Amino acid sequence: MSGYIQSETDESLARELCSPLATERVIFTYTMNAIAFGFTGLALIPLLSILWEIFVRGISGLKSEMFIKAVIDNGFGNAILGTIIMVVIGAILSIPTGVMTGIFLAEFGQTNSIASIVRFISSILTGVPSIVVGVFAYGVIVLVTKGFSAIAGGFALAVIMLPVIILTTEESLKLIPTSQRLASAALGGTRFQTTLRIVVTAAIPGITTGILLAVARAAGETAPLIFTALFSLDWSEGLLSPTASLPVLIFNLYNDPDPQKSQLVWTTSIVLLGLILCVSIISRLVIRQRRLK
Amino acid sequence: MANSSEPADRNSSDDLNQGDEDFNLTAIGGTNLWFDQGFTRLVYFFAAITVAVLFLMSWVISHEALPAIKQFGLGFLWSQDWDTGNQLFGALPYIYGTLVSSAIAILFAVPIGIAVALVTSENFLPPSLRTTLAFVVELIAAIPSVIIGLWAIFVFIPVLEPLQKWLASTFKWIPLFNTEDPSGTNILTAGIILAIMILPTMAAITRDVLMAIPKELRSASMALGGTRWETIFRVLLPAGFSGIVSAAMLALGRALGETMAVTMVIGNSAQISASLLNPGYTIPSVLANEFAEAEPGLHIGALSYLALILFGLTLAVNIGAVLLVKWVGRKNK
Repeated sequence: MSGYIQSETDESLARELCSPLATERVIFTYTMNAIAFGFTGLALIPLLSILWEIFVRGISGLKSEMFIKAVIDNGFGNAILGTIIMVVIGAILSIPTGVMTGIFLAEFGQTNSIASIVRFISSILTGVPSIVVGVFAYGVIVLVTKGFSAIAGGFALAVIMLPVIILTTEESLKLIPTSQRLASAALGGTRFQTTLRIVVTAAIPGITTGILLAVARAAGETAPLIFTALFSLDWSEGLLSPTASLPVLIFNLYNDPDPQKSQLVWTTSIVLLGLILCVSIISRLVIRQRRLK
Repeated sequence: MANSSEPADRNSSDDLNQGDEDFNLTAIGGTNLWFDQGFTRLVYFFAAITVAVLFLMSWVISHEALPAIKQFGLGFLWSQDWDTGNQLFGALPYIYGTLVSSAIAILFAVPIGIAVALVTSENFLPPSLRTTLAFVVELIAAIPSVIIGLWAIFVFIPVLEPLQKWLASTFKWIPLFNTEDPSGTNILTAGIILAIMILPTMAAITRDVLMAIPKELRSASMALGGTRWETIFRVLLPAGFSGIVSAAMLALGRALGETMAVTMVIGNSAQISASLLNPGYTIPSVLANEFAEAEPGLHIGALSYLALILFGLTLAVNIGAVLLVKWVGRKNK
C-alpha cells in the first residue's frame, strides 16, 4: 500500500523533472513570443503598405515629359529643379561647417570641455523640430530680404543637415585607428597634415555617406519650406523669388479636386520616395558595413 | 621652452654639419606651422558657428515673438481665443493638441518599439534576419513626413474610420470616445500616425541599449533557471530601464515637433475636448497652415511665440534625454 503511494509521488516528481517548466511558465513564454512577433509584424505593415500604395498609384501616371514641364502644365520639372537648388545651397552652407565641427569633435576634443559642449549642442540641434528651423530661417532671411526665396529655403535645409553631417563625420573619424595618427606624427606630420592627409582621407567614404544621408533627409523636408521658399506653379525666376519643391508640391496639391493634379501628387511621391530611399538605403548599407569591419 | 633650448641645439648641430644651415628638425616656424595654426583656428571657428546656430536660433525666434510676448505675456499659455481678425491669440488648444497627440503616440510606440528591439536583439531569429528586420524598421524614418501624411489620408483613414465609428457607438459612455459620427481626421488618428513615425527612433535606441547589456547578466539568469522571457522581464528590462526611458523621451521630442503628417490628419480645429475622436490642432500644424499668410505684427508674433513654446518644450525633453544617457553611461562605467 505504502509502496504504491510512494511510486505515485515518484511518478509525479519524475514528470516534473522531465518537463522542467510549469504549465503557466510555458504559456507565458508562448504568449510573450506571440505578442513580440505580433507587434513586430504590426510595425512592418505601414511601411509595406506605404511603399505598395505609392508605387501602385504613382507608376501609372509617370511620363518622361513630366520631368521637363512645370506644375502648371502637369509636370514636376520646376519642383525637381527647386529641390535640387535648395539642397545644393543647404549643402554648400552645411558641409564645411559640419565636417569641420566633426573634425573638431573627433581630433581636437576628446578630453576638452569645450568639445563636450559642442557635442552636446550638436545632439540638441538634431532634436530641434524642422518647423522651428523654418521660423528661424524666416527671421534670418525672409524678413531681411523681404521675400520668400530659394535662399531662405536652402538656409533652413542647411540647419537641418548640419547635425547629421557633424555626427556622422565624428563617427567615421573615430573609426580610423589611432595607430595611423601616431604613424603620421612619428614621421613628422603636423596636426594639419595628420588630420587632413591621413585621417580625413581615410574617412572620406564615411563622411560622404553621412552627407548623402543629410541630403536625403533635407530633400524630403516640407515644413521649413512652406514659409521660406513658399511654392510656385511655374519655373522660378531666380534665387530670390518663391521656389517650388517636391514635398511642398505634394502638400499643396493633395486636396486638389482636379484628377490630373491628384495623379501628379502620387507620381511626385513615387519620384521623391524613390530618390530618397535609394540614397538612404545605399548610404546606410555602406555605414553598416564599415562599422562591422 | 623650445626657444630656450634652441640656441644650444643649433650650436651643436652647427658643429656636426656645417653646410646644412637651413635644416631644422623642430618645426616652430615656416609654412608648416602657419598651416597648422591656421587649420586649428579654422576648426575652432566652424565649431563656434555650430554653437552659434543654436543660440542665434533662440534669439531670432524670441525676437520675432516679442510683440506677442509684450501684448499677452504668460497669459498666452492658458488663453483659448484665436481670432485673427480681432488680434486675439491664445495657445492652450494648440499646446493641448500637441501634448495629447504625442502622448497617444508614445503609448503605442513604446510597447511596439520594445517588442521590435527585443525581436531584433535577442536570439529569436538568425542574425542575418535580425539585422535585416532592424534595417527595414529604420527605413520608416527615411520616408518623408508629407508622404506618410498622403498615405494616411487616402489609405489608412478609410481603414481606420469604421473602427473609430464602432468605438464611438459602442463606448459612447466613456468620455474619451464620446463623439457623434467621427470623421477619421482626429487626434487619435494623428497619434497613431505619429506612433508609426517615431517607432524607428524608439526601436533603434532601445535595441542599442539592450545590446549593450553584458552577456553575463543573461547567462546568470538563465543558469538560475529563468526562461527567456523571465530573463527579459526580470533582468534585461530593469537593467536597461533608464536607457529605454531616454529612448522614449527622444521619440517624444520627435513626436512633439512632427508637422506635415499631423497637419494632414488631425482635422485642424482649435478646440479642447475630452474625446480623442474629435479633431484637434497642434503647434506645428498651426505654424504650417498660417505662417505663410500671416500679417506682420501681432499674428506673426503670436505664431513665433508658439514656435518658441514648441522650441522650449522639445529642448527640455531632448536635453533631459541626453543628460539621462550621459548619467547612465557614467554609472555603467
